[in-house]
Amino acid sequence: MSDAPVITDAERDELRRHGIMLTSLGELAAWGRSKSVWPLQFGLACCAIEMISASMARFDIARFGSEVFRPSPRQADLLIVSGTVTKKMAPQVIRLWNQMPDPKYCIAMGACAISGGPFKQGYNVLKGIDRFIPVDIYIPGCPPRPEALLHGLIQLQEQIRTGKRPTPAKVARPGECTIPEFGEHDLEPAKDPAVWQPPVITRQP
Amino acid sequence: MLTPEQIRDRLLARFPGAAISVVTNPGSSGQHSLLLPAGEGRAIAEFLRDDPELALDFCSNVSGVDWPDKEITETVKKTVPDPAGGPDKVVEEKIKKLQPGYLEVVYHLYSMAKKHGPVIVRLRTGNRSDQVTLPSFMPVWRSCDFQEREVYDLYGIVFEGHADLRRILMWDGFKDFPMRKDYEEPDDYEWEPTPHDDVLAKAKVHYPATAPAAAPAPEGKA
Repeated sequence: MSDAPVITDAERDELRRHGIMLTSLGELAAWGRSKSVWPLQFGLACCAIEMISASMARFDIARFGSEVFRPSPRQADLLIVSGTVTKKMAPQVIRLWNQMPDPKYCIAMGACAISGGPFKQGYNVLKGIDRFIPVDIYIPGCPPRPEALLHGLIQLQEQIRTGKRPTPAKVARPGECTIPEFGEHDLEPAKDPAVWQPPVITRQP
Repeated sequence: MLTPEQIRDRLLARFPGAAISVVTNPGSSGQHSLLLPAGEGRAIAEFLRDDPELALDFCSNVSGVDWPDKEITETVKKTVPDPAGGPDKVVEEKIKKLQPGYLEVVYHLYSMAKKHGPVIVRLRTGNRSDQVTLPSFMPVWRSCDFQEREVYDLYGIVFEGHADLRRILMWDGFKDFPMRKDYEEPDDYEWEPTPHDDVLAKAKVHYPATAPAAAPAPEGKA
């Protein structure tokens, strides 16, 4: 599917006003894909409670086509990293990600999954799952409200539909993310440079 | 319930000559504790559990404490004879001493039968490097099982007589003891958006030596 649309949205709306619907097979597939994102049934910490809450009747993630939480990574499209990723847990999370079939998406839910959160300077917590997995959507909060998760999901759907994902599936990673080994002092490697590089900040001396 | 001094005397009557002392707590809680010798620790623990007066049948909590080597200054008063023949002078001399460090494990014991507690019991290792073995109380109180494993994992105290002494939180190949005061954590401070204090010092190592001419826009957390 091509990233750039053939005609602009304004032109498409103009045609639609005249009763002509113009689309491509790729666009149709992307639209369908965006409305049936199946998350992996997988929780790590308190954010998972909010994720469960989002899937229940009050917030009802089914309205957006994501109610089918799959217990097997083979059937899931979306990995919601909902909670603290400890260094001991990180290889298992990345292994689950590797087991998911393409196209697959990752939401880092909450402060811990984004950066380690309140445990950032601890000896046992990974400083953000994006050091190993390409993350599409970051949802801040500690934990985020279910509405925030729904908002993040809608943002992801929009990115899938328009093909404007920050980390498209064709990013330079041949199939699998690096699964770190348990080292003597830390995970080895402690981060995957192919996936994550620390941002360069210019600071005043 | 018996006071720590009464328990000490009761223990000394049963174990004459054992180095049991009361460690006072100057805080407002006033929870004083008993320091037990490591050698007879197991026998004393069994006595504490089986003694009908104490009947401490439940160990609620096991904690590890790290006391690193500490430099202390002692002030000693000396009388120096005056060479001029006058009266002796009193001179204060400050001596710096290195107080050797040790590891400590603290048990909080309760009695379900007599509904009293806690009785706080401490054990200390010889040093922090090679004499780190203490008797395990797991055969006495089963609830010590996981908690002693955690103390072993994070402080490196080896419990002799523990049936299954493995790391419980960190992985098996891990070599460090993270809760010790001199633990050196891996240097992964390359991305600290809002560093301050200790974190700032650690993050500064990773700052670029000179500011790049055209800094790229911050990315990564898109």
